[in-house]
Amino acid sequence: MDITGAELFVKALKEEQVDTLFAYPGGQAIDLFDALYGEDDINVILPRHEQGLVHAADGYARSTGKVGVCLVTSGPGATNLVTGIATANYDSVPLVCFTGQVPTGLIGNDAFQEVDIVGITRSICKYAVTVYKREDLAGIVKKAFYIAKTGKPGVVVVDLPKDIQREYGSDGYPEKVEIRGYKPDCSVHTGQIKKAMELLNHAQRPVFLIGGGVKISRANKEMLKLAEITGVPVITTIMGKGAIPAVHDLYVGNIGIHGSYAANTAISKCDVLFSIGTRFNDRITGKTEQFASGASIIHVDIDAASISRNIAVDVPIVADAKMAIDKLIEKAKPLDIKAWVEQIGEWKKQYPVTMKKDGMTPEKIIQAVNRTFDNAVITTDVGQNQLWATQFLDLNERKQMLTSGGLGTMGYGFPAAIGAQIGNPETDVVVISGDGGMQMNIQEMATAIVYELPITICILNNGYLGNVRQWQEMFFDRRYSSTCMRYRKSCIANCNTPTECCPQYTPDFIKLAESYGAKGIRVTDEKEIMPALETAKNNRKVPTVIEFIIDREENVMPIVPPTNALNNMILESEDS
Amino acid sequence: MKKRWLCLFVENEIGVLAGISGLFSGKSYNLGSLTAGVTEDRTISRITMSLTSDDRTFEQVKKQLNRRVEVIKVVDYTDVAIHMKELMFIKVSGCSAKDMEEIFRISQIFDITVMDYNRDAVLIESVNTENYNNDLIALLGKCFANRIEIVRGGSVAVEALSITDR
Ligand SMILES: Cc1ncc(C[n+]2csc(CCOP(=O)(O)OP(=O)(O)O)c2C)c(N)n1
Ligand SMILES: [Mg+2]
Repeated sequence: MDITGAELFVKALKEEQVDTLFAYPGGQAIDLFDALYGEDDINVILPRHEQGLVHAADGYARSTGKVGVCLVTSGPGATNLVTGIATANYDSVPLVCFTGQVPTGLIGNDAFQEVDIVGITRSICKYAVTVYKREDLAGIVKKAFYIAKTGKPGVVVVDLPKDIQREYGSDGYPEKVEIRGYKPDCSVHTGQIKKAMELLNHAQRPVFLIGGGVKISRANKEMLKLAEITGVPVITTIMGKGAIPAVHDLYVGNIGIHGSYAANTAISKCDVLFSIGTRFNDRITGKTEQFASGASIIHVDIDAASISRNIAVDVPIVADAKMAIDKLIEKAKPLDIKAWVEQIGEWKKQYPVTMKKDGMTPEKIIQAVNRTFDNAVITTDVGQNQLWATQFLDLNERKQMLTSGGLGTMGYGFPAAIGAQIGNPETDVVVISGDGGMQMNIQEMATAIVYELPITICILNNGYLGNVRQWQEMFFDRRYSSTCMRYRKSCIANCNTPTECCPQYTPDFIKLAESYGAKGIRVTDEKEIMPALETAKNNRKVPTVIEFIIDREENVMPIVPPTNALNNMILESEDS
Repeated sequence: MKKRWLCLFVENEIGVLAGISGLFSGKSYNLGSLTAGVTEDRTISRITMSLTSDDRTFEQVKKQLNRRVEVIKVVDYTDVAIHMKELMFIKVSGCSAKDMEEIFRISQIFDITVMDYNRDAVLIESVNTENYNNDLIALLGKCFANRIEIVRGGSVAVEALSITDR
């Protein structure tokens, strides 16, 4: 039977078992929306901005493991996706983004709302394609889902010209895909596994370094098993945190420029660095010449291009993390490394990551989140709020964290939580955000209200773009250039110190929440932290915004100053 | 730093070339030349490209190309037996009768062909290796400074059977 392209689009979504679609309409997508009308099997979510939309699809995908699906119109609808596409792709999140396009006959004519979205997104996604022929539509959609979710997951953009949406053609949908240039490798080189395990089994000072890849391949259980059999301490990147429970004895902490002293020192002193699913990004290596300089390095990654790019590797293993770990477990045995494990324990005890301070510190707020929520998805925004969250959240199988690690996109946290809550209606969803980032997608409060999403939104309000301000304080002589969120025209020029008399913060987050129909609670004293979180947890119909008024010049410590080696850390703020 | 050669088999589709050249600009790889054409299989294009890089960057280039969905195969031609030729046109203008004579003499010694001429200009075709063409440009540039126009096609290459020519 012949059906329209739009009807085939809906059929394809169902064939791909898409239950949720994040979608914002417009002229060049109106036929697709028409075909979705009255469709019971697909939950169509209408956010308030396409950036919020794509981050929501991202949060949905990260928290459920399914492909997140977006549908927007051409031109501005499509360009509003760009930041979210880059964000998701950078963190290997599977998304398929459909964009409406002007009819094929008008492409290239500077038609109304025409942009070359495939050209714009080519370098920030896994694959981007325009459908030029109706008969190619089914095959391309099938390919899109396959590419998005296999291998190193990523974003696929499918541009759908309006005439293709309207044209009649076959209703067939292929069962299989065959792409000659794309063969996600599902094998593990046993020779390399053997080499790696030999190296590990003879190590005196080994560590595991675990990145987001372990979580993406859902290998948490296997990773824990490997660590427990061998007894080798585990360090994570921020994307890998939670791969083994953060309270586990073998867990050392995060590596990186805001990593723990114990983790960074262990990396600098180890003799075998066994890393799985990390690309040795500059945020974790510090000065590369001195990174793990005394160690033999084993690197498991699904992406051959990630291996030996930033750090030269001795034993490369191109493989999916879970498959590799399964094979590693077969050859694993207990190591005799008691002295090394004790040494790391000493460092941990001597230099714990903690804020030694009275009053309502971010640490206390995040510890309270740990205590209040048991089965939860916690999203973060970007900035100090994110770094504190990655330092203090106790993550495990039941508590996962979603954060924009690769791109570091402010405005990610709240819409990602919306997607996570939609995908996990029974789970508590918590946002940890800054006051700056919260304002980047605040319009999604309406989405959270209309879909009755009981999200707990913790705004850590320091009245600054705190992360940047901290750098200005530490490395730019306190020249607080464009980082004060309480600045008004009436302020003195070149202010570099907050005082009691600073102008009032705008917006009033509580009134703003209330104007949307959400609940708002302002917390200024540490005693109010737990009650506020309890109230939020029990508020099941609408979101709750908790604004924590924190110390304006709180810093994230420890820190590796720019261009320094990883173990060259500043441990405490000067004033504390 | 070293000059390298790659042969790519890619899907013959819109945007594939843009993707590949975008990869080079986006990651600031140093692309030398690039030629593309359809193969005996109409759905596949074959690209010959040269670049200058250190070993580590070259490894990255190959991996990044392989990573692309539309790239079917990447073959390193840097150190293998191949035949490689570049088409080049050289137009020399403002020629006196003596210049003309000299150009015709050059064309008898060098492996080039005079394709076309009129009273004061000559068009030469050279299908040779890149180095040969470089030398030819140097020679003609000296003899006819500021009067030559050069169109280079970039090299195409194919694996050799019995002899190598690059
Ligand atoms: C979209 C975007 N713009 C700018 C930045 C640069 N940036 C990183 S952290 C930060 C400050 C964030 O301030 P806030 O949201 O208040 O969080 P805080 O650091 O104070 O916790 C900025 C501006 C970014 N990461 N993302
Ligand atoms: Mg702030």
